[in-house]
Amino acid sequence: MSTRKLNTLTLACLGGATMATPAAAQSEFEVSGRVGYESRIFVNDAIHPGQNNDSNNSIFIEPEFYWNWNNGDDGVIFKPYLRMDEHDSQRSHGDIRELLWVHVAEDWELKAGIGKVFWGVTEFQHLTDVINQTDAVEDVDGEDKLGQQMINLSLVRDWGILDLFLLPGFQERTFTGNHGRLRGPKVVDTNLARYESSAGENHLDAAIRWSHTLGDYDFGVSWFHGTNRDPVLVQQAAVLAPLYEQMDQFGIDLQATKGDWLWKFESIYRDSNSDSFVALQGGFEYTYVGIKDTAMDIGLLLEYGWDSRGDDGSSGTQDDLFLGTRLTLNDIQSTEFLAGIGQDLDHGGYSVLVEASRRMGESWKLSLDARLYDSDNSVEPLYALRKDDTVQITLERYF
Amino acid sequence: MRFNNASQNHSKHPLRTLAAITMLLATPLLSQHSLAISPEDRGLEISIEAKTRDIGWGDMATEMTMTLSNKEGQKSVREIRLKSLEQNKDGDKSLTVFDKPRDVKGTAFLSFSHIQDADDQWLFLPALKRVKRISSKNKSGPFMGSEFAFEDLTSFEVEKYHYKYLRDETLDGVDCFVVEQYPTDKNSGYTRRIVWLDKEHYRAQKLDFYDRKNSLLKTLRFEEYNQYLGKYWRAHRSTMNNHQTGKTTVLDYSGYQFKVGLSERDFNKNSLKRAR
Repeated sequence: MSTRKLNTLTLACLGGATMATPAAAQSEFEVSGRVGYESRIFVNDAIHPGQNNDSNNSIFIEPEFYWNWNNGDDGVIFKPYLRMDEHDSQRSHGDIRELLWVHVAEDWELKAGIGKVFWGVTEFQHLTDVINQTDAVEDVDGEDKLGQQMINLSLVRDWGILDLFLLPGFQERTFTGNHGRLRGPKVVDTNLARYESSAGENHLDAAIRWSHTLGDYDFGVSWFHGTNRDPVLVQQAAVLAPLYEQMDQFGIDLQATKGDWLWKFESIYRDSNSDSFVALQGGFEYTYVGIKDTAMDIGLLLEYGWDSRGDDGSSGTQDDLFLGTRLTLNDIQSTEFLAGIGQDLDHGGYSVLVEASRRMGESWKLSLDARLYDSDNSVEPLYALRKDDTVQITLERYF
Repeated sequence: MRFNNASQNHSKHPLRTLAAITMLLATPLLSQHSLAISPEDRGLEISIEAKTRDIGWGDMATEMTMTLSNKEGQKSVREIRLKSLEQNKDGDKSLTVFDKPRDVKGTAFLSFSHIQDADDQWLFLPALKRVKRISSKNKSGPFMGSEFAFEDLTSFEVEKYHYKYLRDETLDGVDCFVVEQYPTDKNSGYTRRIVWLDKEHYRAQKLDFYDRKNSLLKTLRFEEYNQYLGKYWRAHRSTMNNHQTGKTTVLDYSGYQFKVGLSERDFNKNSLKRAR
């Protein structure tokens, strides 16, 4: 290639770069999201009063709107969510998952609005993850969260990331309604919710978290002060009324990444009027890559959960062992299988989870889940679900 | 699915390479001299020269379309954005964001690569808003179901191989050096690779990959080289053919930008969470 040609090319590239800068400084807008259909089949007849179905259909939509400007240093995300459920009026619900302005500077960023935050490292239980309320009608695993009002200042320093949160306002937990499966014998009536604080749902909560990476170790230390996301359920006539207390929670989470092994540990100390306890969850995740020179990986997960409250029934994981395996085919359709079992070492109850998922074409995803619950001891929270073994099919379309 | 650093051809260790330059400067009249040295030393010389020509690019942003095809001609497309930051005394930092397929949109991958130690890697899962540190030991596995393994997409480093110069050869009318490379990492999925580098610019034109049984597994061809900042060559298309399965993956790069002002702030766990 001649020198002249080179210079022309270089100029063209530089020109392209300078042209791109003012263009990028202008605002960008993007719409994406997902819409889905879910069908649940319950293997056994219902046992709790009010439940009258062996199957359930449901649809949901979660669009996402995103604007950014100022060369990407400012952005707003809006992500509403809506589910319509065939039988359970409580599960038919909407939520603003996110409505958040994010501003990024050199060594800090500020978020204001409604958002979602995840803390922690373990897989079977998320002890330290305390900012967002659980959207419990979505699924039994507790991984779905409601949007949380927040102002979050995040400082990025050589000594780690320091997150400061002010949390004005509170979301009540969602609970399965009278006609819904996968609940206890008594319905939780969310209209009866009460608060310890005289400010009620407007109590101003605060939280702080320091997280850092040192070599193979990632860790976080956190403190939360405010309304307990886990309500105390108080019997009131034939139903349960949620009582939201004030609490302080101190948490630590730690992961050591050693070759194919991920070692994980989380622990919390939580103090409220009715309770003061320590809980911990720890274990490992090991991945075996390339089974017999194929593209497949298999992962093994083992975790143990302990809670100082023991048998008083407020914890489902007071002395529990969790075992899981994940098979990843690494094919074009991203086919995955996940199987897990949680075993109560004190009372013998267990729950089993099997999940399979794959992409169909470019924009569809099909998931098949099975969940089994077994318990003979009414002291276990699992006992309420003993007849709710579920087969679930979910078809999602992404746009 | 698995993720890895999708960067290629980026220098990582200028200091080490500077030492290599000094060594090269001390050996003038390279072509004559080369007749006298061993094929191993000649292979190393060529590789160091190829690496040396790619130092100093600073920071980079690009977009990539990955098209997967099977024997029957069925296709699947992935769209990826990539940012990289050259480091002075360590491997590059990179941030990879997935736009397609839609179900993994917003998934992002942060990698701090190291020359001797294992890389540090984090994955951001947008549905859970979760950042997860992941194991970087997996090198031989496929990247997003494609015919590219992780190790095919990470930057070329002199220290990653032993070398042997094989011959000069004309490939599609281009004069090339042909050099054999033996991975030093026991986790590599290959016994050896054979690379064709053009003599004028030391750019990879073709790569043959031999599997653990030493059978020809894949061939990678580089096309549409463009030069940036008057120095750095980037192939805008690379095509990987798997001879054993008949599957093909084509990478099309577009919108390469160098020295766009990326800094450390664009490569931490916070930037991973907001990468989108």
